[in-house]
Formats: sequence, C-alpha cells, structure tokens
Amino acid sequence: MADPSVIGLGKPFIRRSRLKQLFSSQKTAPYVFVLPFILSFLVFFLYPIVSTVIMSFQRIDGPGDITFIGLQNYKNLLNPHFFNAVWLTTRYTFWTILVLVPLPLVLSIFLNKKTTIGKNFFRSAFFMPALTSVIVAGLFFRLAFGEQQTTLVNSMLGVFGIKPTIWLQDADASMFVMVLLCTWRWMGVNIIYFLSGLQGIPEELYEAAAIDGASEFEQFLHITLPSLKPVIMYVVTISVYGGYSMFAESFALWNGPRSPGEIGMTIVNYIYQEGFNNNNLGFGSAIGIALFAIVMAVNLLQLFSSGFFKKEGT
Amino acid sequence: MKTKAGSKAASLLIFLVLTVFAIFCLAPFFFLLISSLRPGAEMIRNGISFNVDFTALNLNNYWLLLEGKDGIYLLWYINSAIITVLHTLLSLLVTSMVGYGLAMYEFKGKNLIFTIVLVVMMIPVEILILPLYKLAIGIEMINTYMGVIMPFVVAPMSIFFFRQYAESLPKELLDAGRIDGCGEFRIFFQIMMPLMLPAFGAMGILQAMFSWNGFVWPLIVLRSNDMLTLPIGLQSLITPYGNNYDMLFPGAVMSVIPIILLFIINQKAFISGLTVGGVKG
Repeated sequence: MADPSVIGLGKPFIRRSRLKQLFSSQKTAPYVFVLPFILSFLVFFLYPIVSTVIMSFQRIDGPGDITFIGLQNYKNLLNPHFFNAVWLTTRYTFWTILVLVPLPLVLSIFLNKKTTIGKNFFRSAFFMPALTSVIVAGLFFRLAFGEQQTTLVNSMLGVFGIKPTIWLQDADASMFVMVLLCTWRWMGVNIIYFLSGLQGIPEELYEAAAIDGASEFEQFLHITLPSLKPVIMYVVTISVYGGYSMFAESFALWNGPRSPGEIGMTIVNYIYQEGFNNNNLGFGSAIGIALFAIVMAVNLLQLFSSGFFKKEGT
Repeated sequence: MKTKAGSKAASLLIFLVLTVFAIFCLAPFFFLLISSLRPGAEMIRNGISFNVDFTALNLNNYWLLLEGKDGIYLLWYINSAIITVLHTLLSLLVTSMVGYGLAMYEFKGKNLIFTIVLVVMMIPVEILILPLYKLAIGIEMINTYMGVIMPFVVAPMSIFFFRQYAESLPKELLDAGRIDGCGEFRIFFQIMMPLMLPAFGAMGILQAMFSWNGFVWPLIVLRSNDMLTLPIGLQSLITPYGNNYDMLFPGAVMSVIPIILLFIINQKAFISGLTVGGVKG
C-alpha cells in the first residue's frame, strides 16, 4: 500500500525518504544491526569491569565517602576465608569435571547405540533436571539430605546399616551433596553435547575398524575419543567456568552466603557476603578480580595442556 | 564376533544402567510432588522421606498457596511471567539482529565485534554483580522489571547462535530483495526473519528457561516483597524462624510445571538450542 514509488513525490516525503535511505543503506545498516550489542557491551560490561577494577583499589564507606587505598584490598585477600573459598571452589570444580565428563560421555554412547531401547524417553528423563530452578533443586537436596533418621538418604543408608549423617554440617558430606546436586542438574545437558558430537562421527569409520578386527573398546579409544576432543574441551571449559562461579547451589543449600564452618562458602559467596552483607564493595571487587584471574589461568592452562595452541584449526 | 546371547546381555545391561540413572533424575520430581501434598508439619518432622502417609495426601497446600499471604504467590508468578516474556522477546529481537548483521555484512570493525562477543561469553558474569549493582542504583533500576532484564538482554550466546544460523542463509536473497527495492531492514524483517524461525524457536525456549529460573541477579536487584520473582519468592519462604513448607513445596511444583510443559511440547527445539553454539566439533 505504502509503496514509495507510487505515493506522491512531494518534498517532505523525499526528505524523509532520503533520511530513511541513509539509515538503511547497505553501508550503515550493519552498524545499526550490531548497535544494540555495542551499547549493551559498553554500559553493562565494559563500564562495570572498569569500575570494578577501580573499586578494587578503594575503600567505599558510602556513596560520597571513597578513599583510594592502593593495593590494600589485594593484601587483605591473604586471609583464611579467601583461601578457604578458593580451595573449596577448586575442589568443587575438580569433582564436577571428574564426574560430569566421563559419566555423560558413557551414557551418551549408550544412548547413541542403535540397539538401545527407549532412547527418547531416557534423553528426556536425563534432561528434565536442567529445567528446574536452583531453588527447587536445592529444596529437594536440603530435605532429602536432612539430618533426621527418616530422611530419604539416611533411611536408604540405614538399610545397609550405615548410621545417619548430618550431611549439611559436615565438610566432606556437604561437598558430596554439592557435587551430586550439580551432577543431577547438568548431567543431561552434557549428554546432549556429547550426543551431538557422536552423531557427527561417520559410521564408516567404525565399520572399517570392525573389519580390521578392532574391539569395541579399541574403537572407543581410537575413533570416539579423538573425534569428541573438541566437545570434551568445550565441556571442560564450561565446567571450569561453572565450577568457579558456583554460587546459587550453595546459597540454596544453606539459605544464604553463610554455612557452618564455611563449608559451602564459594568465591562468589564470599563476594556476595562482603559486598552485600558487610557492605565492603572495594574488597568484594578485589575478590571478583581474583576470581577472574583464576578462571582465565585455569582455562589457559587447560588449553595449553590439550595442545590447543600447537595445532591449527580444530 | 560376539555371540547373539552376549550382545543381548550387553543391551540388557545398558538398559539397566540407563534406567538407574533415569530414576536418579526423575525421583526428585516424584518426591517434590508427593511432598507438596503432605501436611507441612509432617515435613518438618521427617524431611523428604519414604515415610509417607498416603491417606493424608491432599490439595490443601495448593489452596493455601493461592489464598495465603494475600495471594502474594500469584503476584510472584505474574512477575516471573512478565519478566520472562519481556526478556525473551527483547533478547530475541536484539540478538537476532546482531547475529544476522555479523553474518551477512562485511564492514569495518566486524571482526573486533565478534571477538568481543566471544570474550564476553567466556567471562563469568558473577564477577560483575557488585559493579552492576552499583550501576543499577545509579540508573535507578533497582527493584524494577527493567533492572532484572536490561543487563542480560543482549546475551552473547544467543548472538553466537544466530550468527551461526544466519551464515547458512543464502546471501542471494539479500540481493534479490535489494533489486526489488527493499531496504535492509525490510529484508531482515520480512525475508530473513521467517527463514530463521527454527533459530528463534530454539533460542526463545532457552532464553525463557534461563529467565524463568534466573536467580543470582534478580536476588540482588529485587528488593520489595511484591516485586519478587518465583525463585526469589520461594527462597524468601525459607527463614531462620522455621520454613513454610506448606507453601514451599506446592510453590516449587507449580514453578516447574510451565517449563516442563514447554519442554514436552518443544523437545526438539530445546535440544537443538543446546547443541548449536560453542561446540565446533
């Protein structure tokens, strides 16, 4: 209806149309397309990053009450709470990777077999936990691992004659619960990643290997694993990211950043506690920068050790 | 060569292993459902357990949830729904444009922008909660829907996905559209967007899921009881003075139901939404 070539060529129209042309010409259009990202990046990413770096050198006692204190916040990092948080988060990340790479890998291989029955059902069943919020998941794990004799887990252990454990008051037991909660929620997601990797491996490779007399285990070792290397690296990378930035799980299990004897205090919990409960934004920022440095270092280490920088391409 | 009986035994074993893990994954849903039907006093005594008095199960908790505390739960539900819908629609519009722009055009700074997208993807947003909080106070976004939504509308994962998807679209369509006199934006909205529908489906569902379940940022931004989203509201029911299990469990069940329905209807899009993006296998 509003075809510009048909409708009047009056002066106001021409002016508007020129403006419109300039705005949506081939040269300017791409910039308009990516503009939202640039704006959002500047406002909600670059500015906060710069401001957190600056804040990490400050003591902030109120909106107008700011003093530069040099490296004092970073010196303050050398305290048992911070070391505890780093150590706890590192162990947590280690365990989640140890469980959440091999287990989903094996399950996805099972799910990828032609002869397996009920594949779609299992796929959905494994994925369902990822749909829940961390609060719902935390609620279940808190109460299933409650301290009473009658709770789900303690009564199951009772069958085997094991005494009830006060799970969320004990350091090792609570680490177990955190890793289990993580496994429950993310196993299915990793299975999907591995499945998509497996489906990209050409069937002929296996056929050729079978003709050469390779056993199923040898096929796994020489075909499946090398082909899945990029996926495995991706899963490890997001696990490092997820492990070190873990917060909500522990927050949900202990209903806040504090836990008995700091058994659930992750690095982000520590940031939250310092920033929001102790109103210590400068120190909280320094913890954030330290977390950033740790994640980057671990990722680079992982990329180096897997030979990412040696070879070209994938 | 393996014997037939041997491979049958292997399949059976695989089936058993898968079943055990499926039970591990599904059992919590079952127990949450049962717990939501039990009187709260019993939950305090026993926690989640096998000791269930099946004759005492009833829907009272659900009625309590709808009426109790002046229907605040319903308000949380509505807050969550509004935030999820707004966030998802805005995010789809913006990230599809950025992804498309990066895929379809050659322009100065394109590679730099794409590199930045990748870098942003790799940095944990958790380190930004303090400066973002300060910023949110500065631009008066505390305790508002926009405060929850705005910082995470332009999700880099989603840009990455749309870019991958748009790369596969025929560039000839662009020229065809231009010859017919379409402006660049009309080409995007009227020709390309319909072609990218599967990508919109996958990203829409994933974004909705993240938004509906969002926890860390809403916890920080939302301050008053009537502005809370579901997860934050449920969290607030857990207090040092005794947990309100009567409302907590039905609330948890009701919060999971919409997203599970969405999943059942759109299983394929859900899964494809996860597999594309990141894995360049």
